[in-house]
Amino acid sequence: MSAKIRTQEEIAARVKALESMLIEQGVMTTQAIDRMVEIYEHEVGPQLGAKVVAKAWSDPEFKARLVEDASEACKELGISGLQGEDMFVVENTDDVHNIIVCTLCSCYPWPVLGLPPNWYKDPQYRAAITREPRKVLSDSFDFTVPESVEVRVWDSSSEMRYWVLPQRPAGTDGWSEERLAELVTRDSMIGVGPVAQVAS
Amino acid sequence: MNGVFDLAGTDGIGPVIVPEHEPVFRAAWEKAVFPMFAMCFRAGFFGVDEFRHGIELIDPAVYLKSPYYEHWVHTVEHFGEKLGKLDMAELDRRTAHYLAKPEAPLPQHQDDPELLAFVEAVVPVGATAKRESDKAARFKVGDIVRVDRSAPKGHTRRARYIRGAVGEVVLAHGTFIYPDTAGNGLGEHPEHVYTVRFTNEELWGAEHAEPNGSVCFDVWDPYIELAGPAAANAEGAVA
Repeated sequence: MSAKIRTQEEIAARVKALESMLIEQGVMTTQAIDRMVEIYEHEVGPQLGAKVVAKAWSDPEFKARLVEDASEACKELGISGLQGEDMFVVENTDDVHNIIVCTLCSCYPWPVLGLPPNWYKDPQYRAAITREPRKVLSDSFDFTVPESVEVRVWDSSSEMRYWVLPQRPAGTDGWSEERLAELVTRDSMIGVGPVAQVAS
Repeated sequence: MNGVFDLAGTDGIGPVIVPEHEPVFRAAWEKAVFPMFAMCFRAGFFGVDEFRHGIELIDPAVYLKSPYYEHWVHTVEHFGEKLGKLDMAELDRRTAHYLAKPEAPLPQHQDDPELLAFVEAVVPVGATAKRESDKAARFKVGDIVRVDRSAPKGHTRRARYIRGAVGEVVLAHGTFIYPDTAGNGLGEHPEHVYTVRFTNEELWGAEHAEPNGSVCFDVWDPYIELAGPAAANAEGAVA
């Protein structure tokens, strides 16, 4: 094996060469590439998961359906698709705090969170989060889970895509779903951060 | 395979670095690579399990140090070469061309309405790995099970840190494509998938485990056997 680490320029040239051959074979077109990029830059992102969480916080019957079958419940809001064909929501409670990871590659629920941030796909997070999750949360995310609360890490080894339903913060009684959704961060649905703080 | 990609529990590779902000795609080449997964899947290069295995075969030093989407380039090349869809000498020649002239244009080509329609169709629907099967589930929620020690050299989702460990079945999901066959070009052969919960102490030892924690890991039916009271009863019956 020759372990050569390529520069950005070398990768860019390799990719353009590969792209040119796939285009000539009819496998890709620049139009289809641009559309795919546009979807994940501007259409599919964590604002969709936030909408689901806010509805679950506001509507107990929807929440029951979401916890029972997340993929079907999300379809009610028009949310579904690639890399989230079979989703499962894990609910944070006073006793359990959930975190997701894919230690074997980079699996992530695209339809509700978009494409994963690089740290989620990097070796460091994947190596450490099952072994010392509290230390990772504290060192890299400035986030502490009380010792009385169980930290439960979900390693997405199959095609089931887990994501976290965070707890509704206090002081939000009577808030609209739109206003609640603004509190829901991407990190809170991965489990590495809190929902946004409510000014008291 | 026992590869470096199987990272859980690996020590000594540094802290998790979280930038304040980052774009979805960090370079123009990343935008060209991301759609290759869906479009090469459509063109018959690989299924998702094979796609992962192509990444697992990358030189470990490159795997650990290269930007994420470069992994995808390697697996597209791996299957392109293996299936005779890519002439690697031609790929090298074009790479040298674009390295010398980064702004040189891509080949002229027509738009393809069918390809665009594929993108619009596949993104909101995806391609589930769930499969109907009349296979009976050998396990149920509440069973105490042990992951076997098997270490296949091909593709598998048997992470090393759960091999031999004992945990409780907490969810049963139905039947899905089996990676140990599909990832090695041997067909789907669906098996039941379960989530098994392991305590931190079981995985890392009481002395080294963080308190009050557990890991949930998905296993396919052939990965596990009964452990604990049920298994003891079964052995008793045989004796």
